[in-house]
Amino acid sequence: MQGLYAVFKKELQDHLSSYRFVILFALIAMVSFITSYMAAVHMRGNLEGLASTKFPFLMLFSTPGAMFSMVQFVAFFGPLIGLILGFDAINRERTQGTLIKVLSQPIYRDAVINGKFLAGVMTITVMLVAIVLVISGFGLAFVGVVPGVEEIWRLFIFLIISIFYISFWLGLSILFSILFKSIATSSLASVALWIFLSFFISLGAEVVANTVAPIDRKNEVQPEVVLENARIKEMVSLSSPMVLYSDAAATIIDPMRKTTRSIILMGPMEELLSARFQNPLSLGQSIVIVFPHIIALIAITLICFAISYLVFMLQEVRT
Amino acid sequence: METETIIETTNLTKRYGRQTAVNGLTLKVKEGEIFGFLGPNGAGKTTTLLMLLGLSRPSKGSATVCGLNPLRMAKEVKRHVGYLPENVGFYEDMDAVQSLEYVADLNGFKKVEAREKIDELLEIVGLKEEARKKTAAFSRGMKQRLGVAEVLIKDPKVLFLDEPTLGLDPEGAIQIIDLIQSLNKEKNITVLLSSHNLHQVQKMSHRVGIMIGGNLIAEGSIDSLAEEKFGVGEKEYSLEEIYMKYFQ
Repeated sequence: MQGLYAVFKKELQDHLSSYRFVILFALIAMVSFITSYMAAVHMRGNLEGLASTKFPFLMLFSTPGAMFSMVQFVAFFGPLIGLILGFDAINRERTQGTLIKVLSQPIYRDAVINGKFLAGVMTITVMLVAIVLVISGFGLAFVGVVPGVEEIWRLFIFLIISIFYISFWLGLSILFSILFKSIATSSLASVALWIFLSFFISLGAEVVANTVAPIDRKNEVQPEVVLENARIKEMVSLSSPMVLYSDAAATIIDPMRKTTRSIILMGPMEELLSARFQNPLSLGQSIVIVFPHIIALIAITLICFAISYLVFMLQEVRT
Repeated sequence: METETIIETTNLTKRYGRQTAVNGLTLKVKEGEIFGFLGPNGAGKTTTLLMLLGLSRPSKGSATVCGLNPLRMAKEVKRHVGYLPENVGFYEDMDAVQSLEYVADLNGFKKVEAREKIDELLEIVGLKEEARKKTAAFSRGMKQRLGVAEVLIKDPKVLFLDEPTLGLDPEGAIQIIDLIQSLNKEKNITVLLSSHNLHQVQKMSHRVGIMIGGNLIAEGSIDSLAEEKFGVGEKEYSLEEIYMKYFQ
C-alpha cells in the first residue's frame, strides 16, 4: 500500500503541475464555458413565457445551443483527456531509465500501474467535477435556475458515467504505453483507435447493415428488411464506446428521453407512449433504460485496465 | 571473522526464447565481500542481477539473497538490496532532493526521517551544493553519485552495482570507487558489481567471477585465478592478463 500511495502521490503531482494538464484544462474550461453560455442564451429565449418547465437545470447540460451540448462535448473530446494523460505513462519511464529504479524499490510491481491509473482517474474526476460545478454556477447566475434534488442525482450519475468513460480511454492509452516502446507510436496508436472507435464505427455500421440486409429502393421495400437493417446498424454502432456513452449520458441527463432506440425500432406501444405522454421519466426508470449501457461501459473500462495490468506484470523489465 | 553466505545461486538459468542469457550459474558470495562480475557485453551479468532482485523470473534453478527467495519474497529482498542500474535515469523536472524524497517515499520513510537521511546522504556523495539543482542539468558523474545516494536510502545490506563507473572521467570514477570501498569497510555492505574496467575491478574486488556467453567460466580471488592460468610464480599478474588468457 505504501508503494501504491507513493506512486499515486507523485503521479498526481506530475499531472496537476504539468503544462499538458494546464493547457488541456484551459481548453476544456473554455469550451464548456462557451457551451453553457450558448445553452443559457438558448434557454432564456425559450423558457420565457412558459409557465413551468420540468428540469430546467439539466437543460444547461443537454441543450445543444449553437454548437453542441455538454454531453456531446464530453463524448467527443473526453477521450482526448484520457489519452493525453496516459499515452506515455510507462514507456516514458522505460526510456528514461526510471522504471527499473522504481521497481527495484521495496514495492509490489502492481503498485506502479495501479498508482498511475488511479492518479489519472483522480485527475479526470477533478477536471469533470470542476467543469460541472462551473456550469452549474453559471446557470445559477445567468439563467437563475436552481437544481432540485433529482437533478443533482442525475448530474452525479452523469459524472460517474463520464469518469468511467474517460477512464476507459486512460486505460487504453496506458495499455499502449506498455505495449509500445516508443512514445510516438503509443500516442499515434491511441489516437488512431480513438478516431476509429468514435467516428468510423458509425460508417462501418451502415456498411455492415447495408451488406447484411440491403434495402432495395427500386422494388418494394420490405418492412422486415428495414427493421433488420436498423437493428444491425444499432448493434454495430454500440460497439463504439462513444455511442455507448452518449446514449447513457443523454438519457440520464434528459428525463424526457425514454428510449435509446431509433423510432423505427420501437414497438407500437412504445411509439404510442412517447407520442401521448409528455411527462418526464423518474430517475429510476431512466437508469433502467440505460442500465446495460452503464454496465457495459464500466465493464470495458475494467477489462481494459485488467489487460494493461496483466501485460505489465508479465512483461520483462528489460527489453 | 566468521562470514556467512549472503547470496547463493544454484543452477540459475534464464532463457529468452531460444537464446540462453544465463546458463546454470552456481555462485556463492559471502557477507562483507566485494565481488566483481566480469565479462563482455551480453554475457548475462545484468540478467543475473535482475534475477537476484526478483525482477526477472529464472527459467530454471534458484537463488537466495539474504536468506530469502527473490522469486517469492521480492519485496523483502528489495528491502535489503540496493540496485544501481546501468545508465540510471532520473525524473528530469525534479531536483536532487525531490528525487531522493520520492525514493524515500517508495521505501516507506516518514517525512522527517527522510529529510535527515537525505541531508546525510547528500553529504556522503558530495552533492550538497547541487541539492536543489534539476537532475536534467546533472553531469554524468553527478548522476551516478545521486544514483548511489538513492540506493543507500534504504540502508542496504547488499549493493548491486551495474557498471558504476561507466562513462565517468578518471576523477569521477575514483570518487565512486572510494565511496564503494568505504561503504564496504564501514558499514560491512556486500557489493556485487559488474564492470568492464578490469583495472578498477582489480583494485576493489576481493573475488571476481568471469562470465562469457551466460556461463561462469572462472571464479575466485585474483591470485587464485592467476595461479590457475599461469601457475605459481614470482610475477604478479594483472587482472587484464588473466582475463585475456580466459578468452584464448
